Amino acid sequence: MTPTSAAARAGMRRGLIETRQTLTNGQDLFNMLFFPIVTLIVMFFMRDSTLPGTTFSLGSAAMPGVLGMQVAFAGFIGVAAVLMVEREDGTLLRAKAVPNGMLGYLVGKIVGGAVGGLIGVLIILVPGLLLFDGLTVDGIGAWLTLLAVLLLGLVATMPLGAVVGALSDNPRNLGLVFLPMVGLIAISGIFYPITALPGWLSAIGQVFPVYWLGLGMRSALLPDAAVVAEIGDSWRHAEMIGVLGAWSAAGLVVAPILLRRMARRESGANMTARRDRALQRVQ
Amino acid sequence: MSMARAAATDDGHPMAATSEDTAIDVRDLRMRYGTNEVLSGVTFSARRGEVVVLLGPNGAGKTTTVEILEGFRGRSAGEVSVLGVDPTHGDEAWRARLGVVLQSWRDHGKWRVRELLRHLGAYYAPYSTERTRRPWDVDELVAAVGLSEHADAKIMRLSGGQRRRLDVAIGIVGCPEVLFLDEPTAGFDPHARREFHDLVHRLADEDTTILLTTHDLDEAEKLADRIIVLAGGRIIADGSADELSRRMSTDAEVRWTRDGERFVHATQDATAFVRDLLVRHDSGISDLEVRRASLEETYMKLVQRVESGLGDEEAVRAFLRETANQEVTR
Repeated sequence: MTPTSAAARAGMRRGLIETRQTLTNGQDLFNMLFFPIVTLIVMFFMRDSTLPGTTFSLGSAAMPGVLGMQVAFAGFIGVAAVLMVEREDGTLLRAKAVPNGMLGYLVGKIVGGAVGGLIGVLIILVPGLLLFDGLTVDGIGAWLTLLAVLLLGLVATMPLGAVVGALSDNPRNLGLVFLPMVGLIAISGIFYPITALPGWLSAIGQVFPVYWLGLGMRSALLPDAAVVAEIGDSWRHAEMIGVLGAWSAAGLVVAPILLRRMARRESGANMTARRDRALQRVQ
Repeated sequence: MSMARAAATDDGHPMAATSEDTAIDVRDLRMRYGTNEVLSGVTFSARRGEVVVLLGPNGAGKTTTVEILEGFRGRSAGEVSVLGVDPTHGDEAWRARLGVVLQSWRDHGKWRVRELLRHLGAYYAPYSTERTRRPWDVDELVAAVGLSEHADAKIMRLSGGQRRRLDVAIGIVGCPEVLFLDEPTAGFDPHARREFHDLVHRLADEDTTILLTTHDLDEAEKLADRIIVLAGGRIIADGSADELSRRMSTDAEVRWTRDGERFVHATQDATAFVRDLLVRHDSGISDLEVRRASLEETYMKLVQRVESGLGDEEAVRAFLRETANQEVTR
């Protein structure tokens, strides 16, 4: 076994061990389930309102968008938060002290993030399919679309999370990331049709991955007739692949550079300084 | 090894350690942040299997030195070699031969002790050689650091001292040839400290080169083959504990009573002073005491001087003058 493959395998195990730790820990489970369950309840009570101009349930129409948003959250916020926190607490420095440790660490985060994203999607998808009329995964094509959107979404958002996580070592800054994210969701056609927004706002929404993830999920889960609510009466799969692909490419180019810089700068003295800062915050 | 050394001597390079023997070699190491010079020309080396302690007050440059050697930090100038490799260019195979004991805080809290050690050990397995089997067997390792009872405990449930032992275990899980420990016993109770010292001796017996920092002289005396005293970014003393106490304890204190009055005098040459004292006052001298300052007192005095307003530069110069004088009088 070569050193890199040993590290990659150790990283995969790390991802699975950490997933297991999350799933067997009350606090983590609560964090994981709270948002999906609240969303499901809200959506459930919205099921009797209809999509404007159709007889289609508003709750059912919004559900796929929520799934798309969930993917973006898991990928982007998940990775960014983990990097900020684990730099502060010294996890990353440990990885640096071990041969190929950074590689193993990153593989672990990717595996953990992907499994976490999948679980996050299933938590909403399974009850969604049972509770909402008109929400179906029809045939192998729809399943493949769902899987493709999930994978493409994670590849597009996780490196972006890594970029943000690598730029800041203070978990407090997570709030600064969260706020624009909420604003972005508001203009991404998740809860409110993007066609109803002013043109410039809709254009901004269409630059970022969240809109395309919601659209992709809708194309997989809603009946074909629902396409009339979309821009240009189309699911725009080619454009979706284009935009998410562009974000992926940009992220995959920039993230390794910033991660390498971050790893290079990691040292015990910096870690101690961060610890002191964090302890001061507590007092 | 002795053959190699003899051959080197025959070739006319007396005492020149071959690269085989030298694990750490630092020459004129300098580190500067802006205008602030943290290290100003540090030179030392460590032989394979040697336990070297970097001793000095906080801010002396100990951590900076160790981090440069670990490859965690760049340097402004100077030559550094660890296991024959410049740490700036050290690759992962080089990294696999090093152990770093970090001061942990709250990382991996949800992991269990055995689980984490097994995980981190896996990275070293491809670097196993005939001479050095890697990684260390997890159960043996857990026993070696005295954590057997807690092997399946979650790390967040460990006490401070137990966590530090885990830090040491993580540092040596890859059976390192060179081990770096930065303030390893901070927060240890005396019992844990004793056990830790035993572990360091055991590792040194197995030919591990150990560089550790401390500001505790007592610890330095117990562990070190060689103590390097660092203050104000430079080395002000380098030698075994014995050599240092001879070299550093310059002043002796002479106390006596004459006519019911108590006197104290500090001198470098106590014997001459006492002879003279007894000649001048042939009677009436009683309760004569001669006390040589201990290594600790001398060290504390030095540290106080560096830390007081005197300024590092001046303190170091004064100290160097003292040691130089002494070398002359000796």
